[in-house]
Amino acid sequence: MSDKDLGTYQPLTYYQMMEVSLRELLVEKGVITETEVEQAMGEIRARNPERGAKMVARAWLDPEYKGRMLADGSKAAEELGFEVPGLRLIVVENTPAVHNVIVCTLCSCYPRMLLGLPPEWYKSRNYRSRVVREPRAVLEEFGTRIPDEVAIRVHDSTADMRYLVLPMRPADTGNFSEAQLAALVTRDSLIGVSLPNRHR
Amino acid sequence: MTAAVAERVDARFKAGDRVRVLKAAPLGHVRTPWYIRGHTGVIERLCGAFPNPEELAYARSGKPRQPLYRVRFVQKEVWPEYAGRPKDVVEIEIYQHWLEPAS
Repeated sequence: MSDKDLGTYQPLTYYQMMEVSLRELLVEKGVITETEVEQAMGEIRARNPERGAKMVARAWLDPEYKGRMLADGSKAAEELGFEVPGLRLIVVENTPAVHNVIVCTLCSCYPRMLLGLPPEWYKSRNYRSRVVREPRAVLEEFGTRIPDEVAIRVHDSTADMRYLVLPMRPADTGNFSEAQLAALVTRDSLIGVSLPNRHR
Repeated sequence: MTAAVAERVDARFKAGDRVRVLKAAPLGHVRTPWYIRGHTGVIERLCGAFPNPEELAYARSGKPRQPLYRVRFVQKEVWPEYAGRPKDVVEIEIYQHWLEPAS
């Protein structure tokens, strides 16, 4: 055993140390309570791509909902009980002629209220710098081949808007329930780097 | 006596207008990507008016609120070496004070 072997002990990183120090100070000074921190963490964990998937499944089944969703994404989210505070949601629709993909080249803006925390690759310099200038090559790396006749529309979330892709409904799902349809909608298909799962 | 700060700036552009992004390099917090400065595109929609992030970043009010647009650019015009299709586009949110009319 070398002197440097720390066994199972993992020292805190710089930012973990900063987080713990700041949180404990705020609690000590009565600015926030431990309970509030736990509640906030719970709310963050409760947000996940199932929310976006539910909106998409509803839109596939209900053309009127889809119309409202494309006109005002925030209101359509609120209709299903998902609050979208402080920002506006724009839903972009994939069609046989257009495929949409979302990025934030400046930082990592992401519709967290509907998809939860962004995946690591979404925040990476690689994705952010490349999907905007060679989207077809990047999508192929995700296993998504977009036919030449389909135009690709990249949305760079540079300011106050957040984006959600409305993918095309997979074939042979005519008799599916909303829950069955929602199960086909993956996080990556809501960002636009892949398509919904196929019905098997 | 100083005049009250206006609540918001009126929108100059509408969907379909051709606009050019200023080729400027101010210091500080800016939300206009470098790669699109100097390029010409078409207004896709007016998103509303929002506090100016270049002011908000320094704890100022951000007023008057600036109209924010989504502007559509043709990829082949943005990237000379673009290898995709001619109809491929990139859409970017840009504040009005970064835009000027283009013919």
